[in-house]
Amino acid sequence: MSAADTLEPDVPVEAIAKKDLTEALLYLDGVTVTFDGFRALNSLSFTVDPGEMRAVIGPNGAGKTTMMDVITGKTRPDKGDVFFAGGTTDLTKLDETQIATLGIGRKFQKPTVFEMHTVIDNLRLALKGQRGALANIFRRETAAEREKIDEIFETIKLSGHRDRLGGALSHGQKQWLEIGMLLAQDPKLLLVDEPVAGMTDAETAQTAELLREINANGHSVVVVEHDMTFVRDLGVRVMCLHEGSVLAEGTLDQVSANERVIEVYLGR
Amino acid sequence: MSNALTPQPVLLGRSGLVFLAVVLGAAVLVPALNLLTSPDSALHVPTYVVSLLGKYLTYALLALSVDLIWGYVGILSLGHGAFFALGGYAMGMYLMRQIGPRGVYGDPVLPDFMVFLNWKELPWFWHGFDLFPFAALMVLLAPGILALVFGWFAFRSRVTGVYLSIITQAMTFALLLAFFRNDMGFGGNNGLTDFKDILGFNIQADGTRLVLFVLSALALALGYVLCRFLVRSHFGKVLIAIRDAETRVRFTGYRAENYKVVAFVVSAMLAGIAGALYVPQVGIINPGEFSPANSIEIIVWVAVGGRGTLVGAALGAVLVNYAKTYFTSGLLAPYWLFMLGGLFVAVTLFLPKGIVGTFYDWRRARAPAPEDLAPDDLAPPDKLPEPKPAE
Amino acid sequence: MISRGLPSRLGCVLLLALGLLAGAFLSPGAVMAQGAAPDISAPLAQLTTDKYDDTESALGALAVSGSPAAAGIVAALADGRLSYSPATKQVLIKTPQGGLVDAATGQPVAEAPPGVKAVRVNNRIRRAIEAASGTLALVNPDPAKRLEAASAVMRARDEAALPALDAALAKETDAKVKTALTLARASIVIGKAGVPEAERIAAIETVGAQGNQDALAVLRSVPADASPAVKAAAQGAIAGIERSLAIWSVGQNIWYGVSLGSVLLLAAIGLAITFGVMGVINMAHGEMVMLGAYVTFVVQELIRTYNPALFDLSLLIAIPVAFLFTGLIGVLIERTVIRFLYGRALETLLATWGISLILQQAIRTAFGPTNREVGAPSWMSGAFELGQLSITYGRLWIIVFAMLVFVALLATLRLTRIGLEMRAVTQNRRMAASMGIRTNWVDAMTFGLGSGIAGIAGVALSQIDNVSPNLGQSYIIDSFLVVVFGGVGNLWGTLVGAMSLGIANKMLEPYAGAVLGKIALLVIVILFIQKRPRGLFALKGRAIES
Repeated sequence: MSAADTLEPDVPVEAIAKKDLTEALLYLDGVTVTFDGFRALNSLSFTVDPGEMRAVIGPNGAGKTTMMDVITGKTRPDKGDVFFAGGTTDLTKLDETQIATLGIGRKFQKPTVFEMHTVIDNLRLALKGQRGALANIFRRETAAEREKIDEIFETIKLSGHRDRLGGALSHGQKQWLEIGMLLAQDPKLLLVDEPVAGMTDAETAQTAELLREINANGHSVVVVEHDMTFVRDLGVRVMCLHEGSVLAEGTLDQVSANERVIEVYLGR
Repeated sequence: MSNALTPQPVLLGRSGLVFLAVVLGAAVLVPALNLLTSPDSALHVPTYVVSLLGKYLTYALLALSVDLIWGYVGILSLGHGAFFALGGYAMGMYLMRQIGPRGVYGDPVLPDFMVFLNWKELPWFWHGFDLFPFAALMVLLAPGILALVFGWFAFRSRVTGVYLSIITQAMTFALLLAFFRNDMGFGGNNGLTDFKDILGFNIQADGTRLVLFVLSALALALGYVLCRFLVRSHFGKVLIAIRDAETRVRFTGYRAENYKVVAFVVSAMLAGIAGALYVPQVGIINPGEFSPANSIEIIVWVAVGGRGTLVGAALGAVLVNYAKTYFTSGLLAPYWLFMLGGLFVAVTLFLPKGIVGTFYDWRRARAPAPEDLAPDDLAPPDKLPEPKPAE
Repeated sequence: MISRGLPSRLGCVLLLALGLLAGAFLSPGAVMAQGAAPDISAPLAQLTTDKYDDTESALGALAVSGSPAAAGIVAALADGRLSYSPATKQVLIKTPQGGLVDAATGQPVAEAPPGVKAVRVNNRIRRAIEAASGTLALVNPDPAKRLEAASAVMRARDEAALPALDAALAKETDAKVKTALTLARASIVIGKAGVPEAERIAAIETVGAQGNQDALAVLRSVPADASPAVKAAAQGAIAGIERSLAIWSVGQNIWYGVSLGSVLLLAAIGLAITFGVMGVINMAHGEMVMLGAYVTFVVQELIRTYNPALFDLSLLIAIPVAFLFTGLIGVLIERTVIRFLYGRALETLLATWGISLILQQAIRTAFGPTNREVGAPSWMSGAFELGQLSITYGRLWIIVFAMLVFVALLATLRLTRIGLEMRAVTQNRRMAASMGIRTNWVDAMTFGLGSGIAGIAGVALSQIDNVSPNLGQSYIIDSFLVVVFGGVGNLWGTLVGAMSLGIANKMLEPYAGAVLGKIALLVIVILFIQKRPRGLFALKGRAIES
């Protein structure tokens, strides 16, 4: 990723070498999405390496959520390539379910857990394993699965709430449950949309800790977040989106010192 | 997914056990009161009442099938009467073939209406219906295959909410028009009737009617156990998850459409069985069963009893139909539609969880023991997020 | 359409007789006054001889005499009102009123001469009378009658009429009638034996240019022994006509389709507001249409009782009454039931279904379960021809009315304050509320508007459907399909949806029959919704998907 280090905005497409495609976990090239004439993504290109954690910032309407929609198959790009796992899989040809099965998990901006299920059932549903309809009629939980769930409870610190309904949790607890569900899916790549919205400072710090831990365990993570304190806590490479393409990339300090980023944020 | 280390979750909750006890108790008690008491006794249950109760039980099974998809998957089918009617027609065709040469025109093979239409031979789709096992298979397959094809198309294209409701209504309406046509070969307007016997037993005989009643009760009990098993399984948990947050389910890696199709097909087959038990007890099946109004009425049974509770659906079907029998036979007959209409409005406004759902709430409020009670009540939340139409 | 063959011959004669009668009333005084009347004294004299041969030749002479009095004389003979005096050799016509008129002068005769005898008629004379009547009608002073007579002759294709046709053609001045006469002549020539080939081919061309069903029948009657050239010409002309008829029949189906589409549009457009704009599944929508139809019935009853002269205006009066009445009912329903159910579409569906049952039963209790008679004002009845299309005024007005309602609704939403507020509330309820819009009031008004439009639709539908408590039921499914097919929340989508479903239905009908056509259409719409779950004109974007 030498190109990004130079902090050169608008990385030319050719600059992303073939080598990047085969080495990258996630590879976006020239992705464009238009809604009724509005360009939500404008030739967006970037890569995420295996094991990398990346923070994505950008003002409202910069295309952050649309970017996630494209990666997870919810929205089809008008133009451009989206490849996963070293260019072996073309994500634009797959639907949400297939992409989820490949190992891309997504946390929504608004926390979405299964409100009428208990917390433990939420995790059971998310747990990596059998997804077929007929097979799941007679499915029984294995010891290994129970262990895995206990482990996740430890990580997300919700052990005391196992049998409460998902809908009965507080906002912050729902956010964590959703991250826990992502962990249960055991994805190669986690896409996390605004995980600390509506959290207290303490919860925000804990969440940053949680995400770092998840990353340390070998999961690649892409976090979209407005909260700069949180992004600083994460201490990872930052990418700033604006009008559907990458404006700047680097450490948080580098990005926040970038002239154009300041211009976009302060409207100068 | 092999060794079962987790404790088996309770298959039947407290209300489930009560329900089974009532249904199976009725299966024993009603025939006993019919056979063992003298006709003058106050406890005597006349045979026509047995058949009436048997009809209610088939409606209860039908309501159960609707609750499985509406209460647990959020699919509001306004065409479930079609599956009921298809099961009924399959049974009716068997019963027609059993008439043999005893029809008015005395044709050994052709049912009366075909002789009347001057047909010379049996249409291909009537072959095999003289054999009960084949007819029984068709009772399951005809609604099942329709549900499979319809569901596969609709769910794969992610037709949801009211859009789905509207096309299910269009489906049953199309079938209504089709079955009204004489050319279709299902007796047109008049449907199938004048049945003589079933499996060699006179269909009018008291004994046959008692057996049909008992079979309806057993079908309802088994249908309940099946639905209960399904919604308590991992499969059922996915169904409920689809009801509450379908997108999340997809992003979790489940093929929501496959789950919906399986539930839809199971539900349609249950409705078909209900229809097949209904026809010999009322002695007729005609295209009116396909009318969209009938299908909507099923929904109100479920809503009255409480959607997403199974027990409530069955209860609601019996209660509403008892009220219908009661009110349409007396001086109040002209006001029945006011009653039914008012019931629709009142339940949605004042009793959104239905009788059983409200009872669960009340019980939970009195004895807060979530571990014990939560699994019984899988009712949907008060307000489901509906897809808002675009402007 | 009068069927061909023997009965048509009869019909033709009847028509001619009718024409003649009309002519007879007109003729004596008025026409005689024009003067320059040809002399008919010779045939009149023959009528007084009391010999059948003379009477027959007198009829032949009268038919081609060109005298305006001839028609009256022949008609009188046909009716047995013609008599003569052997003494004075005077021919007298007894008028239908009972007076006597001198056939030669047209002057009334005060007193009948003694010994008057009726001119005798037998079967031979009756045939002669028919022939003379037909011929005379061709020279009737009224061009419309002549036109009728000409097409009657064309359909009958009686060779005996040929000389009369030639005579009439020679005198004819009206271009339209002349064309009809030429056609009639050509039709006869085609089938007549011994006509030169060139003349027959020319006749085929003349008939072929006409291009309607009658022409087709004429061309098919080319005798089997005709020359190959004639046959080829006839075949060519037949193929040409069949092509043009096929196009016309497509046109007619499109017309029927547009007409059905307008009905669907009327039924669905109120739903496009309540369902499309507000997201309320109003199953009682059909009953609003039904109420509108009953309002029409009541308005007509009142007019019949109090002021029958206003009957032609009854529909125009019913429109605002129906709009206000059903609109008010709509507001009532919204305030008492629906407002508690916003955001719960499926529950709204059930509650409104309950309301629909109550409304149906209320009407059944008040007006009885049977159909009620709603009359058509005079301007709604009748039809006219446009090329080969037959267009009834009833359908035409419904199409016009549907379009007016559509435009009015569009204008209301686009241009008025309440329309603006409706759109604002739909798009962002909280924002609208914070800007001072009374959202509750707007909800009630929107629902009232949708219901009122349904009531107006009921006024129109009362003209084409049975007004019974079940009227609404038959429209509700179609209406929903139209709205969903067109794309929810888009009025233009509703228009296109209604028109395409209407036209598709009518195009399918000739092949599949009415019921199968309808079934096919339902299946098509179901499949279409699978393909485009949000309809034809769905908006796309992130806001919609979430």
